[in-house]
Amino acid sequence: MKESILSWLKNRYPVDSVTEFAQKKKVPLFQGTIWYYFGGITLFLFLIQVATGILLLFYYRTGADQAYESVKFLMTKVHFGWLIRSIHSWAANLMVLSAFIHMFSVFFTRAYRKPRELTWITGMVLFLLAMAFGFSGYLLPWNELAFFATKVGTDIVGAVPFVGDFLLTLLRGGSDVTGATLSRFFGFHVALFPGIFTLFLVIHLAFVQVQGMSKPIGAKEEELKTMPFFPNFVLRDLLIWLIVLNVLAILAVFFPWELGAKADPFVPAPAGIRPEWYFMFMFQTLKMLPAHIAGLEGETVGVMAFAIAGIFWILIPFFDRSSQRGHKSKLLTYIGIIVVIFILVMTILGYTLS
Amino acid sequence: MKRILIVTVLSLLFVSIASGQQEEEINTCADCHEMMGAPYDSIVHAQSQDIHAQKDVTCADCHGGDPTTMDFEAAKAPETRFRGKPDPAEIPDLCGSCHADPEYMRQFDPGLAVDQLAKYWTSRHGEKLREGDAKVAECASCHGAHGVLPVDDPRSPVYPTRVPETCNTCHGNSQYMAEYNIPTDQYEEFAGSVHGQALLENKDIGAPACNDCHGNHGATPPGIVSISRVCGTCHINNMDLFQESKHEPIFDMMDLPECETCHGNHGVQHPTDAMIGTGEESVCLNCHGEGDSGYKMAAAMSESIDSLKMVYDSAEVMIQRAEEKDMGVSDLEYSLREVRQSLIQTRTMIHSFDVSRVEEIENEGLSVGQEIIRSARELIDEFYYRRKGLGIFTLVITLVVIALYLKIRHMEQQKPSD
Repeated sequence: MKESILSWLKNRYPVDSVTEFAQKKKVPLFQGTIWYYFGGITLFLFLIQVATGILLLFYYRTGADQAYESVKFLMTKVHFGWLIRSIHSWAANLMVLSAFIHMFSVFFTRAYRKPRELTWITGMVLFLLAMAFGFSGYLLPWNELAFFATKVGTDIVGAVPFVGDFLLTLLRGGSDVTGATLSRFFGFHVALFPGIFTLFLVIHLAFVQVQGMSKPIGAKEEELKTMPFFPNFVLRDLLIWLIVLNVLAILAVFFPWELGAKADPFVPAPAGIRPEWYFMFMFQTLKMLPAHIAGLEGETVGVMAFAIAGIFWILIPFFDRSSQRGHKSKLLTYIGIIVVIFILVMTILGYTLS
Repeated sequence: MKRILIVTVLSLLFVSIASGQQEEEINTCADCHEMMGAPYDSIVHAQSQDIHAQKDVTCADCHGGDPTTMDFEAAKAPETRFRGKPDPAEIPDLCGSCHADPEYMRQFDPGLAVDQLAKYWTSRHGEKLREGDAKVAECASCHGAHGVLPVDDPRSPVYPTRVPETCNTCHGNSQYMAEYNIPTDQYEEFAGSVHGQALLENKDIGAPACNDCHGNHGATPPGIVSISRVCGTCHINNMDLFQESKHEPIFDMMDLPECETCHGNHGVQHPTDAMIGTGEESVCLNCHGEGDSGYKMAAAMSESIDSLKMVYDSAEVMIQRAEEKDMGVSDLEYSLREVRQSLIQTRTMIHSFDVSRVEEIENEGLSVGQEIIRSARELIDEFYYRRKGLGIFTLVITLVVIALYLKIRHMEQQKPSD
């Protein structure tokens, strides 16, 4: 039976070249091999997002008068509705966390160096899209915290020089956060972003498969141990995915994602409005900036600085000449450490300072 | 010719300005009383805030006299109709000369009541004054004579929160009230009552002050028949139910003041469930005894309240238990409000003294309450079901992970990495 299916496929598709590729593919085995798993974990969490997102779509209704009620119905009346929503919310956060780790591990191991510059760039696009997914999805239940956090978040977009007002209106579908904003965010979250994300994900994965895993910088080919991608690495990936799935289930059961109170645009913002944790370092930095810097609005300067830093970060494979020559630039390592410390400190301050 | 014209115009202008100043400023009543020092000047100072003074009502409008002359004799000459300090018996008519005149009062506020004088003469105060008793309250006793403030000014002695204190000036003075043979502890009773606490402590001006039950200008003790009307001004459902009940004609026949018989008057306390039934604090037992139909009815109504209260408390506890387990209980909390409403309605319905009507509402509340308890129990069960499910899932995953780990180890031991 198995043979006949295989031969049926072989007569039509280049099955041999695929199996040959899989058999030949090797994964470098060294101290930093563990970082390779975070790309796979991010992918696994994304797949969970797609699956749970589709299930949520069966019940979710957009619009300021229905969104909250539909999520509440889903959580209280639909069998396992609470579990699906909780997993969707937890997996979203873990996915961003895993993407952060994946990105920094690639940065510190200089895995972005030639010939993987475009893999890094497509990865960065995916990372930014993951954050955009988080931002747009946060508003969808139309609860109080999300409503005001979106208000504050989109206000920051308004501080972008020249095009801020235009972007603000484009995002909100008007001058304020309303049902129109909700409809837009819903569109972004379930149609626009998944489309672009899938495209970049396919390219990103294709690049990884074509070029293979990056070897540690400076390692000699003949001295480097490897393990077969299939089945060794794939089975290890599977093992980690199962553990992640179990962690997700534990989080969803012990810390079910709360819904809170329905958004009411006419009440004052409650105390403790904060963005999602992965935006906290930017939010806190903007809060701590003085009102005016060099004659410009402090917030505008901050947004511009983050934009410039982001562009520099995305284009880093092209700036990093040392890694092309086979050794790590100490300066870039220090920059990376400073960035990590900055993100950690600002995030902690964001949660501890009132 | 031109120069003569200019001089004439300037002279006329000067005269007109001078005469204008004279009209506005000359009030020799105030000037003299100010010069006389304490205590006479206090009248002048009080007038600066007086609502009448603000509306250009002068001293002479009430007291007569000529305020334009500096001659003391001329200012109080008989032809000026100077009356000085009016007698208490004159005051109602004096105030009424303006306040009972709709045409005159309309210029200040078309919505202003003008029936105070008519009401006053129907009050006990008015009646006694007519009989020649000058000790009773007239307008100035409550509103003040000089420095009269609008009634909605919190400083006014007739502002709702100050009314009890104002009435108590006379009614709390046992010496002053001795000849009238009425109690003088109403203020103390009222201050300790549910109404008094709301008004005096919580400053809730929606709570009744003395005048809300007794009337103000027409103040009189409410009669036996009208007492439920007085309480029913606010407690309208209780009044309607009592009026339809079998108790109403019996109370009238027995000359019992309706609400007051069970709840008291000035010292009315927040009603408790113990007031109904057959316990020690029951007011039913004041008239009914063991074995009679009223006794049985009291027991049945008390049981209805107790069982609904028990279900309400149980439902509340169950919701709390489910909430502690992070289960969504907002729907149940909403339903609990219905049970609370039923409990309030049941407590109101006892004024119908009809057991079947009480039980009807009780049953509605009971069924909602029992449904809440059942749903909350389901949520708690669901909580444990989730925990159990997670345990099984974790066990299965752990076994698969161990199996996978052993498989990988076995595989790599057979064929170590390159």
